[in-house]
Amino acid sequence: MYRWLLCFRYLRTRYIALASIISVTLGVATLIVVNSVMAGFSAEMHERLHGLASDILIECHASGGMPDPEGHLEEIMKVCGDDVVGSSASVHVPAMLGIDFNGQLITRHVNFVGLDPKTYDDVSHFGRYLLHPENQSQVSFQLREDGFAPNREQFPSSGWGYRRARVAYERALAEEQARIDALRNPASSITAETTGPSETGPSLTISPPQIFEQNNEVAASEFDPAVEQFPGIILGISTSSSRMRDEDNNVRDHYYCRPGDDVRMMFPNASDNAKVVNQKFTVVDMYESGMSEYDSTFAFCRLDQLQEFRGMIDPASQVRSVTTIQLKLAAGADLNAVRDALRRRFPPNVYAYNIQTWRDMQGPLLAAVKLETTILNILLFLIIAVAGFGILATFFMIVVEKTRDIGTLKALGASGGGVMSIFLSYGLLLGFVGSGAGLIGGLVFVDHINEIATLIEKITGQEVFDPTVYYFTEIPTIIHPFTLVWVMAGAVGIAIFASVLPALRAARMHPVKALRFE
Amino acid sequence: MSFYPLLNQMAKNMNSETVLRAQDIYKSYHKDRIEVPVLRGVDFEVTAGLVTALVGRSGSGKSTLMHLLATLDQPDRGEIHFQGERIDDAPRSRRDRYRNHDIGIIFQFYHLLPELSAIENVLAPTMIGKSAWNFFRHRKEAKRRAEAMLDRVGLLHRAAHKPAEMSGGEMQRAAIARALMTDPTLLLADEPTGNLDTETGLEILKLLTELNQDDGLTILMITHDNSIAESADRCHRMQDGQLQQGMPELLIA
Ligand SMILES: Nc1ncnc2c1ncn2[C@@H]1O[C@H](COP(=O)(O)OP(=O)(O)O)[C@@H](O)[C@H]1O
Ligand SMILES: [Mg+2]
Repeated sequence: MYRWLLCFRYLRTRYIALASIISVTLGVATLIVVNSVMAGFSAEMHERLHGLASDILIECHASGGMPDPEGHLEEIMKVCGDDVVGSSASVHVPAMLGIDFNGQLITRHVNFVGLDPKTYDDVSHFGRYLLHPENQSQVSFQLREDGFAPNREQFPSSGWGYRRARVAYERALAEEQARIDALRNPASSITAETTGPSETGPSLTISPPQIFEQNNEVAASEFDPAVEQFPGIILGISTSSSRMRDEDNNVRDHYYCRPGDDVRMMFPNASDNAKVVNQKFTVVDMYESGMSEYDSTFAFCRLDQLQEFRGMIDPASQVRSVTTIQLKLAAGADLNAVRDALRRRFPPNVYAYNIQTWRDMQGPLLAAVKLETTILNILLFLIIAVAGFGILATFFMIVVEKTRDIGTLKALGASGGGVMSIFLSYGLLLGFVGSGAGLIGGLVFVDHINEIATLIEKITGQEVFDPTVYYFTEIPTIIHPFTLVWVMAGAVGIAIFASVLPALRAARMHPVKALRFE
Repeated sequence: MSFYPLLNQMAKNMNSETVLRAQDIYKSYHKDRIEVPVLRGVDFEVTAGLVTALVGRSGSGKSTLMHLLATLDQPDRGEIHFQGERIDDAPRSRRDRYRNHDIGIIFQFYHLLPELSAIENVLAPTMIGKSAWNFFRHRKEAKRRAEAMLDRVGLLHRAAHKPAEMSGGEMQRAAIARALMTDPTLLLADEPTGNLDTETGLEILKLLTELNQDDGLTILMITHDNSIAESADRCHRMQDGQLQQGMPELLIA
């Protein structure tokens, strides 16, 4: 009884001890904030990375790909059919994207993916990252009338409406140009009239070099861009836009092209003696996953079209080839076991296949985030440990200050253990108060982290999460109760540990020496 | 109000029962490997119901002896018996209980706990002696007894005051109330007036004498003041690490 009474009295009268646990409070609060932000960040990244990549990816390195994906799939199902809940075959090919922008050709290197719209969403998140709401539920490579990115005010008008308006404008412009040319140079008016409308993509006026194989150009005279489109293509949003800040420091997106525009793709065909295929596509939507690495490198079109363009259909048997098979596994399936089983079935010394799980592909990134979290945790726990030494020093001082009282207590019959428990419970109480305050502070901070971030932005003018780098609209946080428990337990443990030595000293103190202490 | 049975008063008159006996006590301190003998064969008895005085010059070893009697320290040689039970080498828990329950101690410098009010200080021995649960169950009773003790020493009006808000005499009264809280068989007083002015010291002495006369409390009073020793029933003089016993008048002469 006296232990708790004295312990509470000491807590109330020794504010210096409270000061010594502020560092515990800060340490605990920081640990909670850092852990929940890191957890949120890493969960968001896992979610996105995992969503973007399928569970298992089987890539063929041969330029012609692997023939007969259905046959492969049958083999795969024999190996691990129980775990597979979805599969999709696709063609991945490096390509160059060419966009005509104000008369200039903008080129970008992209990963060109021919995908099967029916199955691709089964293995990875794709549709949900498209801008048009209808495409989000069912991907279509037909250009839609309008209604892209409905909740984005800045997004320019796109779709058929835009396409018609643009074609009309360009035609008017061409006619006007022809009229001026005719006035200036009546002799060439006939040629101007014949060549003017024959330009296929009015925005793409640059003729490709001679080596490009023009294998699938629609006959120029029959193609009316106002009502017809080229094969549809979905561009990663950052391949065809740039995000920057204006003078007022607002984030602005500039689009080089938008749904309704035509672009040119150049990519190798599948023959052993590879030639470049130069094909026009019409942008039908844009893809925004939030992972800038993906958004700036991917372009998608229909699998069968890409197979045709690349010559991946055997003319004799009509068997089609793909470069990639993606698998979606049942929840809880052992990814690595399935991968290893597939590797045994398709040994690398026979097949030029690369079989990976999504974790393998994103391994370095995930490992980096994990390492970062671990290091931060260690550092912050060191801070709490430093606070522990502060408590140790303060407690020693308090024990010295209380020497005579310890003598008195022993003279009144208090046992060594009783005296010790005064200081141990004092440490326990300080630990609880300190880490409890830290817990509350940390949780409140996490709860309001986005408001706080905005406030910091206002004060410092520095953006905490730069949206030109991260596509997060707000800072993601996840609070794991388990983390809270071990942070609290760690902090209280350190506080108790720091009070053990002073408490032992108090318990061992010789009563007579304590009583005679000046 | 009387806390002690009439039997005690009778025992005083019969001059019989020995409460505490020290036999051939030796104690020396060690300072830098040099042995400083303080007690050299002390034989000594405290009789129930009497005020026994222990006089001696400052530094003669009175406090040392008292600490041994209170089992706060252990003698190098010799034995201490409390009501026939050897107490100096008793187990730790027995000695804690002995200090808590069987004896009461008051000091020259009061030794009140500064964080606690007067009444909490008086309650301290009960809190120490009982488990938290036990204390909680009997807290009303304990509080009533603490108030009675404070009333006995004339300090009830100061019950809520901290030691820092009290005078020396008041603090010593609170210390006496605390020592009486567990109804001890013996009160050990180490120069209870040593830090007080003469008048206040006399008041404290009067209080102790009253406690002895009215309630039959056995007191061992340590002092360097001959005049105080004179008023005791028995007197021992500490000299050269040994005790001379006799009637006060003889010793002081
Ligand atoms: N811890 C110690 N170490 C060495 N000498 C001590 C110690 N405590 C007391 N002494 C010595 O023992 C002697 C007796 O002290 P004490 O019992 O306090 O005397 P008194 O109470 O009669 O004034 C003194 O000479 C003192 O210096
Ligand atoms: Mg002394």
